[in-house]
Amino acid sequence: MRPLIIFVAAAITNNFILTYFLGLCPFLGVSARVSSAIGMGFAATFVMTMTAIITNLVDHLILRPLHLEFLQMIVFIFVIAVLVQFVEMVIKKTSPSLYKALGIFLPLITTNCIVLGLALLGAMRNYNLIENTFFGFGAGVGFTIALLLISGIREELEVRDVPKALKGAPITLIIAGLMAFAFMGFSGIISLQ
Amino acid sequence: MNTIIISLLLTLALGLLSGLFLMISFKKFYVQEDPRVEMLLEALPGANCGACGYSGCVGYAEALAGGKETNAAKCGPGGQEVADKVAHIIGLDTVSIVKRVAKVMCNGTKENAVRRSDYDGVKSCRVADFTLKGDRGCVYGCLGFGDCVNVCQFGAMFMGDDGLPHIINEKCTACGKCVEACPHDLIELVPLDRKVFVFCKNLDRGPVAKSYCKVACIGCGLCVKQAPEGAMKLEKNLVIIVDAEKVDEVADKVVGVCPTKAIALDEKFAEVKTV
Repeated sequence: MRPLIIFVAAAITNNFILTYFLGLCPFLGVSARVSSAIGMGFAATFVMTMTAIITNLVDHLILRPLHLEFLQMIVFIFVIAVLVQFVEMVIKKTSPSLYKALGIFLPLITTNCIVLGLALLGAMRNYNLIENTFFGFGAGVGFTIALLLISGIREELEVRDVPKALKGAPITLIIAGLMAFAFMGFSGIISLQ
Repeated sequence: MNTIIISLLLTLALGLLSGLFLMISFKKFYVQEDPRVEMLLEALPGANCGACGYSGCVGYAEALAGGKETNAAKCGPGGQEVADKVAHIIGLDTVSIVKRVAKVMCNGTKENAVRRSDYDGVKSCRVADFTLKGDRGCVYGCLGFGDCVNVCQFGAMFMGDDGLPHIINEKCTACGKCVEACPHDLIELVPLDRKVFVFCKNLDRGPVAKSYCKVACIGCGLCVKQAPEGAMKLEKNLVIIVDAEKVDEVADKVVGVCPTKAIALDEKFAEVKTV
């Protein structure tokens, strides 16, 4: 039951973008079209799930036995970078169509704060491997949901009469703020730390 | 001390192992790519200016190699030389291109255009345009703060002593950055062999335009009568060249009748150039 609760919490009540404000860069940058938002969402979900698994293993098998928890940040980002590079190569070889669909998003997401934040939060909360996997997957799904929602709104906005000074980034930030308000409504449904 | 050594060893080992791992997997998962992309990239100038309409040289090279793009002459900075090379690599016939350059369609120098106020704000055309359309009498003309000069990454533009930006044709690559930068849309990309230009964008009525600029187009229409039918037209008190080739044929006649010299030969405009 606990992994499932963690999943829902990471996806909705404690949505990474709209409650932690992590990963705002792709949230603003890649949200102009629904199609690219979906690509980014899938790439991020994939990378975050993989990250959750591998950083949990590294944390529990290497860092904690050696009492090197303070190295978490450096080692995590390093491992994530290597992992994504490797996954990119594998996908390029095995499935060119998937490689084309994920495109530039896959290497881009590597150094995003949402991925590192996920790894560090998971380690901070002492999740075990299964819990952390669900945590990563849920965070990815939450990221995709938020990206889809805002890209849908932004596509609608394009044909609307937005004041000239608010066009582009400003109106997107205002929408992001309103969406964060809306997501606050979910808090308390599931409480989990 | 012990912790330092352990953490040092750990990161070192991790780095070495991952490096080795990535190296092996790179060899194992190596994907053959179109070698022409590499060749095209070498042939292209690598300025990544975006004049071709792609995100950069890589985008253009990939489109060419993938067969999506069949025009080998889209590279502005490269000119004829690069177009030939690119056409050779992808197996197209060579195309001859006329070099295009940017041209400022305003002759409102310090002497010609009257100033109506003192502008003491940020030295930027965009900002000046926002605050009461700048300090010159003409609200359509050059603002003179050189936004275009600042965006030029090829050093092809400079602000002359006359208060107008000038373009060094040899260095201009027609990338179009300055065209976007000008808040009054004064800069146009024109073929180098064109002769006659209307150096004015003023839409005010003749007497009004003349009150603040010596070289404004007053919309008298004398030149339209000299040009072949349909080659020029008068629109909102401004002459517009519709068919540049036909107008160039009767260049002297068209230029000769203009009472304000708003319409002029390119060389005439070049005389005020001071480096």
